Amino acid sequence: MLSRTAENLFWMARHIERAENTARILDVAKLSSLVPLDMDGSEAYLWYAPLNITGCAASYEVQYGLARSDAVTRYMALDPDNPSSIYCCLRQARENARSVRGAITAEMWEVINATWLEVGRLSKGMREEQYGDFFEWVKERSHLFRGVTLGTIIKDIALNFIRLGTFLERADNTARILDVKYHILLPGVADVRGAADYYQWGALLKSVSAFEAYRKIYRNVIAPLRVAELFILRDDMPRSLHACLNEVETALIQINGLSGREARRLAGEIHADLHFGRIEDVFTRGLHEYLTDFLRRTDLLGQEIRNSYMSRQSPGAMDKLRHVA
Amino acid sequence: MTPKDAQPFYNEMYDDHGTVRDIYLAYKQWLNGLGAGALERKRAEAELLFRRMGITFTVYGEADGAERLIPFDIVPRIFGAEEWRRLELGLKQRVRALNAFLNDIYHTQEILKAGIIDAKQVLGNAMYRPEMQGVDLPNQVYAQIAGIDLVRVDKNDFYVLEDNLRTPSGVSYMLENRRTMMRLFPELFALHTVEPVEHYPQMLLDTLRESAPAYVDNPAIVVLTPGAYNSAYFEHAFLASQMGVELVEGQDLFVDQSKVYMHTTEGPQQVHVIYRRVDDDFLDPLAFRADSMLGVPGLFEAYRSGHVALATGVGTGVADDKSTYSFVPEMIRFYLGESPLLSNVPTWRLSETDDLKYVLGHLPELVVKEVQGSGGYGMLIGPTSSKAEIEAYRERILARPEHFIAQPTLALSACPTLVEAGVAPRHVDLRPFVLSGKEIRLVPGGLTRVALKEGSLVVNSSQGGGTKDTWITGV
Repeated sequence: MLSRTAENLFWMARHIERAENTARILDVAKLSSLVPLDMDGSEAYLWYAPLNITGCAASYEVQYGLARSDAVTRYMALDPDNPSSIYCCLRQARENARSVRGAITAEMWEVINATWLEVGRLSKGMREEQYGDFFEWVKERSHLFRGVTLGTIIKDIALNFIRLGTFLERADNTARILDVKYHILLPGVADVRGAADYYQWGALLKSVSAFEAYRKIYRNVIAPLRVAELFILRDDMPRSLHACLNEVETALIQINGLSGREARRLAGEIHADLHFGRIEDVFTRGLHEYLTDFLRRTDLLGQEIRNSYMSRQSPGAMDKLRHVA
Repeated sequence: MTPKDAQPFYNEMYDDHGTVRDIYLAYKQWLNGLGAGALERKRAEAELLFRRMGITFTVYGEADGAERLIPFDIVPRIFGAEEWRRLELGLKQRVRALNAFLNDIYHTQEILKAGIIDAKQVLGNAMYRPEMQGVDLPNQVYAQIAGIDLVRVDKNDFYVLEDNLRTPSGVSYMLENRRTMMRLFPELFALHTVEPVEHYPQMLLDTLRESAPAYVDNPAIVVLTPGAYNSAYFEHAFLASQMGVELVEGQDLFVDQSKVYMHTTEGPQQVHVIYRRVDDDFLDPLAFRADSMLGVPGLFEAYRSGHVALATGVGTGVADDKSTYSFVPEMIRFYLGESPLLSNVPTWRLSETDDLKYVLGHLPELVVKEVQGSGGYGMLIGPTSSKAEIEAYRERILARPEHFIAQPTLALSACPTLVEAGVAPRHVDLRPFVLSGKEIRLVPGGLTRVALKEGSLVVNSSQGGGTKDTWITGV
């Protein structure tokens, strides 16, 4: 496969996944804001979370100052000048797809293109109360895209680059969501705010569609350690770090080839830690420290994937190859 | 639609007595049976399909490279099998002669020695590439893909308007139009036996495979596009995916020791045939325009050394130039010893004193074109132009007469077309696509372009023209 094609497929999937995650994060922030926190500045407190997760708090503040529900929602959902907004992710995904029309199926293109056309229409004059439906719609479009992808594309290298993009992005997002809320999961500190924390955990679980899963798996009250375990180590939870790394590692093994050795090694290492890890050890080390380290390593893995498969070799690449041969 | 008496142009559906022609009978009956508004609804549906599929082209010079749909007309243009066979023979003959001409002028130049074409006309042409002199190409073919524009003026009279030999566009519309028609009107295809065109990509792939360097068994083929912002990008991507080959940009390729490689996830991979949709000038910054970012440094040397084939060949433009056009009937006689089956439109070359004198005296009746223009830009259509426009154009001609040709205004045939007022005749032309590899092939059909404005003769998409599905039926 062309390096440029691999790059575009990878980013197309990442951008779709990122749009979905942003919709999830904003949706949960909206839900959480309905529960009174009973503290000063609770609105700003709540609405910094989505900005922090997506790493755009600084650029937001320059324009709008304190985090406010309406401004944050608008900025992260529809602002055409915020590169992390849902709007921009969908635009970018469509640009990526457009550059590699030949490598994706007509159905995949139709979903991405129709999504982009529709978001352009929706972005004009959306009212506050319509955002809930909008986030649902974004999630649906992302589900649809994944379904169409699996239902139409040949199971070859293209699909593997799409999987890499999807699951690296998802791992990154799950880790960030967890990291921003890690303080409510810290044992001992957890029962400080009582009911409010209960709702926060609930929101956290809902953000990754894991509320029902939690009940099913643990059949027990919501406890911080278990929530963290579900997010990080359970491989049967589709958005957990472990489940994401399963996919990433499998995709890399299937892509194979001489050039991806280092990427495969890194992915295997991260995966093994998740596969054999214990949640008690995670907490001993420090949840925040653990997540920070995880984000650093997956970022490294992303860079390695780009180096191995997506870069255009400089002139003289053939000389190097001839030496090898 | 009410057929007028004695129309000044050939009507594809009605004869001069207002009787529906045989090939349109079944369609007309079906049309009569449709409820009010049904066609309009289908048209809206078709537009939605095209937009969803992103079948767009980019209009240069409009705000942020706006993507537009080419209006698609849902009334098909119908040809009988018999008349199509005649066209087909004429098209093959013409393309064979054009390729023979190209091979000749880049080798022994017999046609110049024989004095049939003035050497200055060819060798002084900006599209002539002296670097190609003596280069042998596979199958001696320069123009693997030709889009020949035809117009009909009467039952048996067709004229070739233009030979597009470099990067003719529109074949994707031919295919999508058919797909859309079949999706919208399956019942029509049960009523008619329409000859299929869907195998065009397979034919193109065969042609490209045959164009590979002789020593290559299983050639790696790519489509080279200037990129996603080119006006015909949709077509480039479409053809690559239909053929199952890579769509590459210049940045994806590099040359090493006169061989071309593409950057892949498994490292460099050699490329043997490039269906390039990039003009000669931009192909290789080392050989041609140094400022080009679209091409591949060293590509021309690789091409000359025979390690990679280009479709279309470098220097092909010298044969589809509008001033060379008038010599094509002579080429057919000279190289093939046959008389031309398709007519040329009488053409005045303004580089010649007598022609210039005549044309300047008759501007309001004539169409004047730039020799190297395309897309309907920079034309003068005498009968529909104002005095001031004609005078301004006269100044341009006088400044550089050799840059222009002139032709009489033709009464292009008209085909029923769905317009706001209902179904009404609009002028059409036809672009069949002729493929040359080891043999010459074409699918039965082509792209019909239609001038949507009443009375207009300009069918170019950049000038607001639309397209139609073209049917060859068994009748």
